[in-house]
Amino acid sequence: MKARAFSYFRPATITEALTVFAVAGGEASYIAGGQSLVPALALRLQAPERLVDIAHIDALRGISLEDGWLRLGALTRHVEAHDDPLIAAHAPLLALAAPHVAHPAIRNRGTLGGSVALADPASEFPAMMLAMGAEMEIAGTEGTRRVPADSFFLDLYQTALEPGELLVAFHIPAAGPEHRCAFDELARRRGDYAIVGCGTMLTMSGAETSSARIAFLAVGATPVRARAAEASLVGRRLDSETIRSAQAALAEDLDPPDDEQVPAAMRLHLARVLLGRLLGSLAEAA
Amino acid sequence: MNAPLGALDRPNSYIGRSVSRPNAKRLLAGRGRYVTDLVLPRMLHAAFLRSPYAHARISAIDLSAAQAMPGVRLIATGADLAKLCKPWTGTLDHFRGMKSPPQFPLPLDEVLWAGQAVVAVVADTRAQAEDAVEAILIDFEELPPVVDVDAALEPDSDRAAAGLDDNLCFGLKLDSGDVDAAFAAAAYVVEEEFHFGRHTAVTLEPRAILADWDASEGRLTVHHATQTPYQFQDLYSRHYGIPEASVRVVAPDVGGSFGMKLHVYHEDMAVVGLSVLAGRPVKFVADRMESFISDIHARDHRVRARIALDAAGTILAMDVDDVTAIGAFSSYPRTSAVEGNQVVRLMGAPYRFRDYRAELSAVFQNKVQTSQYRAVGHPIACAVTERLVDMAAARAGLDPVAMREKNLIPDDAYPHASPTGYRFEALSHEKCLKRLTVMMDYERLRAEQAELRASGIHRGIGIASFVEISNPSPAFYGIGGARISAQDGAIVKVTPSGEVRCLISVTEQGQGTETIIGQIVADQLGLPRERVRVITGDTEVTPHGGATWACRGAGIGGETALQAARKLRENVLSLAATVLQAKTFELDMRDGVIVDLMTGAERISLAEIARIAYFRSDTLPPGTSAQLSVAHHYAPQGYPFAFTNGIQGCHVELDTETGFVHILKHWVVEDCGRIINPLLVDEQVRGGVVQGLGAAFFEECRYDGNGQLTNGSLADYLVPMACEMPDIEIGHVETLTADTALGAKGCGEAGTAAASAAALNAVNDALSPFRASIAQIPMTPTRLLRALGKI
Repeated sequence: MKARAFSYFRPATITEALTVFAVAGGEASYIAGGQSLVPALALRLQAPERLVDIAHIDALRGISLEDGWLRLGALTRHVEAHDDPLIAAHAPLLALAAPHVAHPAIRNRGTLGGSVALADPASEFPAMMLAMGAEMEIAGTEGTRRVPADSFFLDLYQTALEPGELLVAFHIPAAGPEHRCAFDELARRRGDYAIVGCGTMLTMSGAETSSARIAFLAVGATPVRARAAEASLVGRRLDSETIRSAQAALAEDLDPPDDEQVPAAMRLHLARVLLGRLLGSLAEAA
Repeated sequence: MNAPLGALDRPNSYIGRSVSRPNAKRLLAGRGRYVTDLVLPRMLHAAFLRSPYAHARISAIDLSAAQAMPGVRLIATGADLAKLCKPWTGTLDHFRGMKSPPQFPLPLDEVLWAGQAVVAVVADTRAQAEDAVEAILIDFEELPPVVDVDAALEPDSDRAAAGLDDNLCFGLKLDSGDVDAAFAAAAYVVEEEFHFGRHTAVTLEPRAILADWDASEGRLTVHHATQTPYQFQDLYSRHYGIPEASVRVVAPDVGGSFGMKLHVYHEDMAVVGLSVLAGRPVKFVADRMESFISDIHARDHRVRARIALDAAGTILAMDVDDVTAIGAFSSYPRTSAVEGNQVVRLMGAPYRFRDYRAELSAVFQNKVQTSQYRAVGHPIACAVTERLVDMAAARAGLDPVAMREKNLIPDDAYPHASPTGYRFEALSHEKCLKRLTVMMDYERLRAEQAELRASGIHRGIGIASFVEISNPSPAFYGIGGARISAQDGAIVKVTPSGEVRCLISVTEQGQGTETIIGQIVADQLGLPRERVRVITGDTEVTPHGGATWACRGAGIGGETALQAARKLRENVLSLAATVLQAKTFELDMRDGVIVDLMTGAERISLAEIARIAYFRSDTLPPGTSAQLSVAHHYAPQGYPFAFTNGIQGCHVELDTETGFVHILKHWVVEDCGRIINPLLVDEQVRGGVVQGLGAAFFEECRYDGNGQLTNGSLADYLVPMACEMPDIEIGHVETLTADTALGAKGCGEAGTAAASAAALNAVNDALSPFRASIAQIPMTPTRLLRALGKI
């Protein structure tokens, strides 16, 4: 299929982008890497009258470390999440998840901002933002605001972004040597959307876990934090009994959808297997 | 019949040699010319409005808004095209009692599957045509869809199409021997109900067609991404009432076919009519979504089968019931019954037993038509047989290899008639099994398996013997009244500069047909391969023939080329003898030069012979006939099919917590008779194995209860990808067919025939410690977790 006709704008600044979007009266889409939007246009699942291409706005780029926060411009590409040393050191969950995101050709063009703003619940990066406690820097015609990941993902493909607002950057608390991170997912084929995926970030205090953040992908309408499982780990040694209790706690955290291909019970079962394996690998690495 | 072929160590001995494809660089460099690349002056583009319902009546069509859209040149309905095109019916005379509703390019008043093309829009661009499709208004009156095969066979079931008395397209019963007595006397009986998912070909290049009706000359030219240009020349001629000689079908570069590109598709037939109506060239290229909902699907069988054994584990008898769901029509012109027919006739094919009974029911339902796709019927028959053989081995306390040693048809027992009605000339099951167990290091794998089980790692080993149908004679289609040729034709000619052109009716879709034909011609003529050019795929240029399907390219096309080249060689040597005042039998051709047969001394070059023949015939003695072009046809005689055989092994690791399977390694030993190009044979086999493993673990067209395909995209329909595929090791046994000089049989379907069966046995082997089993493919994590009782 061929996309419907649309007009195309390529602003050079954030202000210009917001203005060009605003005057379209709601019939516009931002486009960056285009890895989700272009197929949707070609399939006529989306047919905006105006595309606002933000890929050439320099202010949306850059990776820097300041005051214990890692700042990633929204145009940071998937391949940079895979390769960048600052990301590997301070946001290791992004680096661990990146090889599972689609395929190299897609990772070369796809952007973190695009992935998180789309908020596909089966995508890796939105869930990892949740697992890392990232904050989203959002620009609008009224000014700039920051929204924590915990209140960013609202429902299926729905985020705290208001129409016309632009995701500018991610602010991620920089991980250090006290953090232990693990990511894995179960996908039918390498690069596919996973049946279930999980990122786990533990803060260790000696042999005990002092805090934990665990986020799942593909288990509901949004990326989901496993708060009961997190709580079950805190203040305990990471032994097999603790791991079993975290696996059991997922029944409180996850309410996966039922579909014919993957029944809810199977997704919960696989989430438990996955969490058990991730925690087991972190315990072994200790 | 087997004239000796030259030894491999002489110059230009290309038969049996791994050489690269002459067309590979061109295609890799992006210089391929596919139908999509072709642009004709005044060319228009077609798009189709498709039915959103699996079964509905068309009550009203309102085209007014669409007709006013920019760029729109023509909108045509079923009624418009029915005035030009005669309908078709997908039956064959030798399938007695078969029925199917008549088909039109676009439906007149009833749509029979979700995605069926209903109205065609022709516009200046494809995007404009799609815009106009969105503006067409159709009132559909929904009718109950037939989606379940068992429900479809109930007497009071809804019908898949108006006018059907019942939903049975074709039924067949085979009965040889005394099956009931054999089962009554059996020491063991094993039985199982198997389910095989629907899948589809997913060629890299989708279906594409560009039709150009020229009213000034009354000529139709169709550029068509097809395997079978001659078949379509005949069909366009007969259904549009254009003399055959005025229809030209050109198959340019074609990007994969796998049997999918030899059926009549409604859109393709419509595009011819659209060109007639528009008086301009019209192109249609199926996009990927259209491919999923309109390319033929395949498989979709539910098989209940059992075998009877004596106390020693000898197979006595087999009893099979196959129900296959074929969609709303039987496809045309090859029908949708061939797969089922081959399922019930290939059952138990590698084994010695006498008593056989089978019943086949091909059932209509409101889904896309199924029809021939790579290894038609083979994977179903093979998986059913091989799984039952493994179950029987377990009951008899035999290792799967010992079970096969006991029951395979011995290599010295040929010719052999199967109880299903096939005659095998010479197969090599025992040699192949021996070779496979060596390649797999079978004993070591079993020891390793036992060791790993103790530590909670569950690996499985599966093997599957198979028989493959190749080189079909007119007994396949011609006898049923279809104008599908079983013979091939070739023209081989020397150019004035001493090069050779071979124009041949077999076609190329990426498998290397042109490469092997070039090898055979160069070999027989004693020419460097670079001096032979092979031309295929144009009905105006190449002789009429069957083209490429059913693994006939090497066996039939290759023999045609060989015989044609030998005739040309005789002509060249005869002319050279005249020029040299020598005897023909004293001369030979080597490396493009006519030499003295005994001493190898150079006498005269082929280029010089050509120069004399074409430009200085005045120097030849009176009465000399210089025939440097030869036309030759060859049709298979002797056995109706050249059966081939082989065996496959699969090694998997099952994650019993997740239901995921890691395919560790796959082995194939196959016997396709004379191997012309080992490299291409191995790649054919590997590609086939990958498609078989796709069926085993990934590929499935899924429908909901309303007859809607729910996974019609490459994100949701999982084709096997490189990351999931194992290393595939291939060995060969060569049992030549004595029916031809070349001795070659087919190899293109061998990999697909048994890969899923070997995988099914391997997974069941891994499941065996849990007293669990699976009899359905694809073997998805969900199904495996269910089998393990984890969910």
